[in-house]
Amino acid sequence: MRMNFKGKDIISIKDFSKKEINYILTYGKKMLPYAKGEKYKDILKGKVLSTLFFEPSTRTRLSFESAMNRLGGRVIGFADPGATSQKKGESLADTIRMADSYSDVIAIRHPQEGAARLAAEFADVPVLNAGDGAGRHPTQCLLDLFTILTEKKKIEKNKVILLGDLKYGRTVHSLAYALSLYDVDLTFVSPGTLKMPREVIDECKRLGVEPTQTSSLEKAIKDADVLYVTRIQKERFPDAEEYNRVVGVYKIDNDLLKNAREDLIVMHPLPRVTEIDPGVDKTPYALYFKQAFNGVPVRMALLSLVTGGEL
Amino acid sequence: MKELKIQPIKNGTVIDHITAGNAVKVLHILGIPTSSSSTVSVAMNVNSKYGKKDIVKVENRELDPYEVDKIALIAPKATINIIRDYEVAEKHRVKLPDEVIGIVRCSNPTCVSNSREPVKSRFIVLKKDPIQIKCYYCEREPEDIAERII
Repeated sequence: MRMNFKGKDIISIKDFSKKEINYILTYGKKMLPYAKGEKYKDILKGKVLSTLFFEPSTRTRLSFESAMNRLGGRVIGFADPGATSQKKGESLADTIRMADSYSDVIAIRHPQEGAARLAAEFADVPVLNAGDGAGRHPTQCLLDLFTILTEKKKIEKNKVILLGDLKYGRTVHSLAYALSLYDVDLTFVSPGTLKMPREVIDECKRLGVEPTQTSSLEKAIKDADVLYVTRIQKERFPDAEEYNRVVGVYKIDNDLLKNAREDLIVMHPLPRVTEIDPGVDKTPYALYFKQAFNGVPVRMALLSLVTGGEL
Repeated sequence: MKELKIQPIKNGTVIDHITAGNAVKVLHILGIPTSSSSTVSVAMNVNSKYGKKDIVKVENRELDPYEVDKIALIAPKATINIIRDYEVAEKHRVKLPDEVIGIVRCSNPTCVSNSREPVKSRFIVLKKDPIQIKCYYCEREPEDIAERII
């Protein structure tokens, strides 16, 4: 059944039902040959995307831009807020009003939680949240689900480990929620000080999934289907001492993976620092670069759906 | 004869059964007395059959019961009594609305609602008993609501 997303904001994965998420993922699959450049259709010709990146980004911004360009649209925006009127004290609301009048869709990344929701209040055009502080990152969540779906053929019943900074990591909060819609077996592995917040665990339980919490990766990895690794994010720590105590606690290398199943996939939202040894990159376990590519078809699907220029 | 600690009012509004200690916050939420020139009496830690409570009386002004509903955040058992000629003409138990705007500050210091943006704080009410609210912007759920009244 065809669903209408035209004009819809993409702020939090929680705004979407499982049915809607499945629709986006299925549509993302259709976008794959267009994302790879094997096919071309300019369904977004004449449309302009504003990319407002108030925080650094490589993959999210580039894949949004690639997605728009691959469908014949154009991109305006900035990646350095220092070169904008924000530097002169302009409010986010005013910046959004401007972008709203200059473009047909807005992608925003901002260091403050809730910034994308605020942007959606001040914009008439659809707003896509490209990450708001330690809060939400729904397009990353969708591409993570897309990666599991395309690699494992289904999301249900997989045993998924979320590893690393589960306290401050925005991707794992959204992902834990979204995976719980699919009846997966969830295990959270983190240092004691970086445990998954209570409200995220409560939400999983409310959706019928009882996550296992442990600090032992060696034990958990034995029968896992998906290992989702996250970076310990220095920029989110209120104090450097707490960061130094936990950085480098977990390291994924080929020695550790000897205990894993052959069809385990290792995912990471990137950038990685030291948590995955480069020796893993060439093994069949490594899915993180393909995962990063999947940002393109998924964001193509979203841009296309919210602007109404469908395949 | 039982001594009355606060004299009855002829006309106006009595907010009764306020959680003990919260009367001043209730006045603050309702914008009283700055929004009103009425005489206001406050009684705190009054003994009742359910334990201690606070009472607020606003003379010659009938508060809109639905406007007063927002005090349910910190005084969920409060009742609003509209008094006309010394009699209770209307009685209403506060009922928390589905959204609470501009009353509670988000507990997340990096929430956009705590910045200088032109928006008021906004919370979605998830559960009414016990009260559970979620920031519309950052989705944080504050636990110490009474401490976060703006």
